[in-house]
Amino acid sequence: MATRQRALLPVRRRAPGAPGARRGRGHAHRVRRREAAAGWLFTAPAVVALIVFLVLPIITAAWVSISDWNGIGSPFSSGVHSVGAANYAALLAKPGLAQQDLGLSIRDNLYYVLLVVPLQTALALLLAIVVSRKALRGRGFFRTAFYFPSVTSSVAVSMIFLFLFADAGVINAALGYLGVHGPNWFSDPNGLLHMIASGLGIRSPAALTGHGLLGVSWWDWLAGPSVAMVTLIILAIWTTAGTFMLLFLPALYNISEQIEEAAIMDGAGPWTRFRRITLPLIRPALFLVLTLGLIGTWQVFDQVFLITQGNPAETTLTPAYLAYLVSFGNQQWGQGAAIAFILFGIIVVFTVLQRLVLRGRGSLNDVRGWRA
Amino acid sequence: MIPRAGRMAGRSKPWARTGLYLTLAVFAFLYIYPFLLELGTAFKTEVDAVNNPVNPLPHNWVVSAFTELGQQDFPRWFMNSVVVAVFVTLGRLLFDSMAGYALARLRFRGRGALFAAVIAVMAVPSVVLLIPKFLVIRTLGIYDTYPGLIIPLLADATGVFIMKQFFESIPPSIEEAAKIDGAGTFRIFWSVVLPMARPALMALTIVSFQGSWNDFSDILIAHENPSLDTLTTGVGRLVSGQLGTATQYPLKLAAAMAMTVPVAVVFFVFQKHILRTDGGALKE
Repeated sequence: MATRQRALLPVRRRAPGAPGARRGRGHAHRVRRREAAAGWLFTAPAVVALIVFLVLPIITAAWVSISDWNGIGSPFSSGVHSVGAANYAALLAKPGLAQQDLGLSIRDNLYYVLLVVPLQTALALLLAIVVSRKALRGRGFFRTAFYFPSVTSSVAVSMIFLFLFADAGVINAALGYLGVHGPNWFSDPNGLLHMIASGLGIRSPAALTGHGLLGVSWWDWLAGPSVAMVTLIILAIWTTAGTFMLLFLPALYNISEQIEEAAIMDGAGPWTRFRRITLPLIRPALFLVLTLGLIGTWQVFDQVFLITQGNPAETTLTPAYLAYLVSFGNQQWGQGAAIAFILFGIIVVFTVLQRLVLRGRGSLNDVRGWRA
Repeated sequence: MIPRAGRMAGRSKPWARTGLYLTLAVFAFLYIYPFLLELGTAFKTEVDAVNNPVNPLPHNWVVSAFTELGQQDFPRWFMNSVVVAVFVTLGRLLFDSMAGYALARLRFRGRGALFAAVIAVMAVPSVVLLIPKFLVIRTLGIYDTYPGLIIPLLADATGVFIMKQFFESIPPSIEEAAKIDGAGTFRIFWSVVLPMARPALMALTIVSFQGSWNDFSDILIAHENPSLDTLTTGVGRLVSGQLGTATQYPLKLAAAMAMTVPVAVVFFVFQKHILRTDGGALKE
């Protein structure tokens, strides 16, 4: 497949010095100098923008995260002092409210990641497989329908979900037809795993409530996503599955007809064909979707801001939203920046872990040559 | 692409076909119904929206939600969104294609390092940069101004990457002919290269327009003056602020609908450039 991709996008390198070669040496030199100047000139606007709004912010934030800057004046003015690792210590080492908030935000976001990433990947793949059927009538229509939420703004999608999951909203009305009394979706802080445990008769065992991590007891770490968080999880799956469907499609179209036919001749059923042919051949796309999914889901911000603001009982808090609250709300800029860097660390660790896990199970070659 | 005439056609068993269409029908419902509800509820009365949430058809069609939006700052937000999206899109089209062209074609020292840096920058999660971006915007003195909303969004490593990949895929022979005729680099870029880059520019247009039109968090941290609110932050504030506890579903959904329409139009006009009908490739 990698070769096919290459064939479609041939990378042509021009022969060294081709155009200027036939004229004099000095001319070639001048042409090259002019070309170098043009090269820097052409890249300058983009590079300046990237430096000012991506590189400079990282440096500024790194400094703020170890400073006592209070939001007044420039963070680089003489009145601002370094506090060393104090901001990080307050978050990671010192028991207190700040540490507990961070712990809760990591817990909430972790459950979000653990549910959204596999489910949205599975749904995206299912939609892609169904939509890629050649014999399917109205393929364009279905593809557009599934992709449309991806072009809609998070604000508009949030409005729709506020309406769907309202106390007397569409979902609860539909559940009512089935005789089920739906929950108050956005105000129910009960964790799913806690609800299952209490169904089995387990309630706050002392062994788990006594100790914990980051100011959150083990029992609370094991709460599972709250009912409110479930709405955000459904929203994310519904919105992004279409985007990732689009990433699976080229990979599916590239599976050669002959392989598929040969497998059918050999009597392989649909499930066997999916596991033995489709999955191995779309590994690079799968890898890309999982990586993008992982990075994206650790950064939930818009929906939390718009729908739940971290409530109820801090069960929909995320590090990204917490960093915003702490810095813009409480004016604790050092701590807010420190949370942002901790989030960055989490994303890096998860991406590397995922890479190791997936790479261990397949050859490196699959991954090469495929980039969206 | 290799033609695959009649793949699966006529060969699949009837029950498999039924299953396929049933799956499709269920998901099409799950994906379309919410938008139908959005559309219908926007024209409902408050009471109708609360009492009959499931039926997308209004009992009486009313436009009160839209008139109320008109009395809010909605038209102003709309204009701000247009200004931001248009300038960001134009700026990205120019800067990304210039940088992409230079990185693909022009030989200069540091080109490899520059490209590596672009890739590295793409990997930094954007939410992590929210606070630091605010700090830089304030330091530059463009906080609470239109440039403060627009310029930060021009930093677009992904677009540079897309354009570089594209320029590497087209043969350099035409440009070289122009070069031998003595045309300068910018002249070649402007009148020879850019016209050839139409497909990639189309894709970049839709991605940039959609991205900046829908951007919430970057706009949020770049201003506090309500007159600079775009649709996303304006509606967002309306909902999380004064409407937070009130239901007012027709108003909320009318706002959601009105902000979706322009991006939907751009999407349907340009969609063949992202959703290729036969190859099905995302040109991103």
